[in-house]
Amino acid sequence: MKIIVCIKQVPDTNEVKLNPETGTLIRDGVPSIINPDDKSGLEAALELKDKHGAHITVLTMGPPQAEGALREALAMGADEAVLLTDRVFAGADTWATSLTLAKAIEKMDYDLIVAGRQAIDGDTAQVGPEMAEHLKIPHVSYVNDMKKDGDSLILKRMFEDGYHKIRIQTPCLITALAEMNQPRYMSVGMVFDSFKEKEIKKMTFADLDVEAEEIGLKGSPTKVKKSFTKGVKSSGVKYDNLDEREAAKVIVEKLKEKFII
Amino acid sequence: MDFNMKKEHELLKQLYKEFTENEVKPLAAEIDEEERFPAETVEKMKQYGMLGIPFPKELGGQGGDNLAYIMLVEELSKACGTTGVILSAHNSLCCAPIYEFGTKEQKEKYLIPLAKGEKLGAFGLTEPNAGTDASGQQTKAILDGDNYILNGSKIFITNASCAEVFIVFAMTDKSKGTRGISAFIVEKDFEGFSIGKKELKMGIRGSATCELIFENVKVPKENLLGKVGKGFGIAMKTLDGGRIGIAAQALGLAQGAIDETVKYVKERKQFGRSLSKFQNTQFELADMQTRTDASRMLVYRAACNKDNGIPYSREAAMAKLYAAETAMWVTTKAVQLHGGYGYTREYPVERMMRDAKITEIYEGTSEVQKMVIAASML
Repeated sequence: MKIIVCIKQVPDTNEVKLNPETGTLIRDGVPSIINPDDKSGLEAALELKDKHGAHITVLTMGPPQAEGALREALAMGADEAVLLTDRVFAGADTWATSLTLAKAIEKMDYDLIVAGRQAIDGDTAQVGPEMAEHLKIPHVSYVNDMKKDGDSLILKRMFEDGYHKIRIQTPCLITALAEMNQPRYMSVGMVFDSFKEKEIKKMTFADLDVEAEEIGLKGSPTKVKKSFTKGVKSSGVKYDNLDEREAAKVIVEKLKEKFII
Repeated sequence: MDFNMKKEHELLKQLYKEFTENEVKPLAAEIDEEERFPAETVEKMKQYGMLGIPFPKELGGQGGDNLAYIMLVEELSKACGTTGVILSAHNSLCCAPIYEFGTKEQKEKYLIPLAKGEKLGAFGLTEPNAGTDASGQQTKAILDGDNYILNGSKIFITNASCAEVFIVFAMTDKSKGTRGISAFIVEKDFEGFSIGKKELKMGIRGSATCELIFENVKVPKENLLGKVGKGFGIAMKTLDGGRIGIAAQALGLAQGAIDETVKYVKERKQFGRSLSKFQNTQFELADMQTRTDASRMLVYRAACNKDNGIPYSREAAMAKLYAAETAMWVTTKAVQLHGGYGYTREYPVERMMRDAKITEIYEGTSEVQKMVIAASML
């Protein structure tokens, strides 16, 4: 089985500061990590590899320093790593990003593509499903469990209040949830191997069958009007096992406490 | 001169940090309190290739280097001094001498499972009457046909009750003094070999420190490590390497105490402002971090010398001396900055202070390190 796992290198925090003038992220001084949903996707692929054997290629689009995330993936057990990097790709929204990734994947061999649900620095959850559309293959998003059954996969697609159990034929794409598993650590020996024995394969604009106008900032229909930091809300209090009368009493007390009534 | 770490070491640091935070830190207070050997952590370290980092892959290791290995001792010790020394004793005192002085057969039989982490190792040199004066060995080994017969005892042996392979030193010819000492590889299950009393210690309380007892233990001739009479040199050379490991443990303890203190002084308020706003706190922290960084330079230099095949005996002694004394000094300051809370077991700094003390004593006291350094100068 050939698996491509798409990962993104993201700043290691949920509270990245924004440049108030440009509305872009200030990344200096913030350590980078593999996006948590993507890392669980990689773990899911590695578990398939452990059980049934597979060849795993990790793919990322980003600046040259995104190589760090790929080395980490190799040190966890991925077989091959591809860095999609070119100045032309810069400034891409989800549409242009997914198109660029799909155009790279077109050049590769695969049965399954795994992406994370969404990145913690963008939270769009669009790139995975868009890639599947560009590639004209089926996809299942929000996957929490994956098992191989012959040529097909049995997946659990999560909803807020339940899940769907889905059987899907490969080739296909899934987007993984961080809750799907606990990703393994890198192993010491594989960290050394990832530098000594493995190469990061680079792909640039010249390697893809795509026009410059379709990708990067030019190919991005999204226009950001304004970015702002979300206000932090406290988590709230949950009251269990109250009957209607008690519950009503609690509500009234709380409203009075806040001077609402 | 390049003070930047290589990319593989940076990635390893990330691994070590994640592992320590998730697997080691949550157990540190418990194993100290219960004086319990953290077997579950050692099992996980095995799984991720952490027990044989600097040895070649064909010998069960990870094909890494000594810097990568001591960086792990440092990181583990930031959270737990016990876990740091378990690795250091296994790696520096048991795997390393077999790697450096062992025959091909000895490496295949003993180093491979040790480096893979299938077996844990220990080192027996110290005796009741042979501490700093290691030449006063009273354990005897007498050749009898194809075996040496060992009689005697060792004390203060790290990992003792959990190890399966021991490097043991014994007198093969008392008349020759230090030239009459030989080194042996002893298996846990050799008849007549037993583990004695477990020490009750001030610090590193999860580390299994026990007595080794040899009563007519038959050690096959092929388990002689190095040549007959060369044991003292093997012990000294092994301790040169071991000191880098202990220096790294001390370094980790100091850094761990600083990290805890920085967190605490930002939270704790007195006289209407957080402790971090007082200049005394700032100056103390600045001194603590500066000395700890200086330790780090010395420790990494010693490890890099070893990796580059450059003599490192003096550098290892300097690293051990300075890092150990810094660890004691820094952890004492850390407790002081925590005030009364620092003296309680609610906060980890008192444990770090107790753990730090041993780094000035074992694998050569601070005074022995000064002897080594001075000898290289005069």
